[in-house]
Amino acid sequence: MVSVGSDTGAGRSARDLVAVAAVKLLIAGGFGAGKTTMVASVSEITPLRTEEQLTQLSVGVDDLTGVEKKTTTTVAMDFGRITIGPDLILYLFGTPGQDRFWFMWDELAQGAIGAILLADPRRLDSCFPALDFFERRGIPFIVGVNCFDGAPLYTPEEVRQALDIEAHIPILLSDVRQRESSKALLIALTEHVLALNEQRA
Amino acid sequence: MEDDNTWFDEEAGPLVRPYAMTGGRTRTGQTELDMITLVVASRRRHARPGAMEPEYLNILSLCQNPTSVAEISANLNLPLGVVKVLLGDLIDQELVHFRTALTPDNEVLQAVLNGIRRL
Repeated sequence: MVSVGSDTGAGRSARDLVAVAAVKLLIAGGFGAGKTTMVASVSEITPLRTEEQLTQLSVGVDDLTGVEKKTTTTVAMDFGRITIGPDLILYLFGTPGQDRFWFMWDELAQGAIGAILLADPRRLDSCFPALDFFERRGIPFIVGVNCFDGAPLYTPEEVRQALDIEAHIPILLSDVRQRESSKALLIALTEHVLALNEQRA
Repeated sequence: MEDDNTWFDEEAGPLVRPYAMTGGRTRTGQTELDMITLVVASRRRHARPGAMEPEYLNILSLCQNPTSVAEISANLNLPLGVVKVLLGDLIDQELVHFRTALTPDNEVLQAVLNGIRRL
C-alpha cells in the first residue's frame, strides 16, 4: 500500500489531482449486534452494500462431474460515509458477519484507524472471534455494549471481566440507534488511538 | 427430470459472470486499489462513448466527484475485484485519477476527532 504521506512519485501526482483523501474504521460484532444500525445512525448516506467474491473455495474441488458444487461465495459489507471536511472523508465499514471470511477482514483492517466492537449483552461470546482477530493483529479497538430494549444489563466492568479485556481499552454502554450514542463511540475510538500513539511516541 | 441439485434464481449465480467483463482478469494493472481509494474522472481527458464498454462509461459517470472504489462497487452492484480491474484500466488510460487511502497518523486522527465532534 502506497501512502500519500510517503511522497512517492505516484502518490504525489495523485494527490495533486484528487483533493480529497479517505480514512476508514471498522464496526464489528456478532450477527444482530447492530453494525449496520450504527452505520445508518451516523452516515450521511444510506448505508451501501459492497461485495467481494471468493472463488478460491473451488480450488481443490476438481471434480468435473461435480456441477452441483458452488464455486463462488459472496462476502457482503455494509458501509457509510461521513464527510469530515473539504479534504477528508471517513468511511465506516461493518465487518462481514460470517466469521470465516477472515481474508476480507484483513483487507478491511489494512490502514484502518481501528475498530468498534459492538457487544450484544445477551450473547457476549459472539464477540470472541472479532476480539481475537483485533488482538492478534494489534488493531486498536474499543467496545460498545448495546443496551437497547431493556436487555438485562451488565456494567462495563462486568463485560470487561467476561470478555477479558485489558484495563486501558474503553468499554461504553451504547444505543447505536441513537446518533449521539454512535458519535460517542466514534469519539472514544479516535481518542483511544491518539492516546495509544502518544504512549508509543 | 429435475433433481434436487438444480439451481434456481440467485442460487445459480449471475447469468453473466462478472469477471467476463474484465476478460477474466482478476488483478489490476499497475495500480494498487483499496476499497477506500478515491477516484475521480479526469477533466482533461474524455472517453469516446462508442469506443468503450458500458461498464467503463458507468464508472466514469459515477466518479465525476471523488468517490471510493467501494461506492462504485455498491452503486454498480459489481464485486470489488471487478471494479478494481476496470478502474485499473481507466487509470492506465489516464481517464481516472486516484488517491490512495490516508495513513491515520495523529494529524489525520485529530482532524477526524474534530470533525465527528462537529456532527
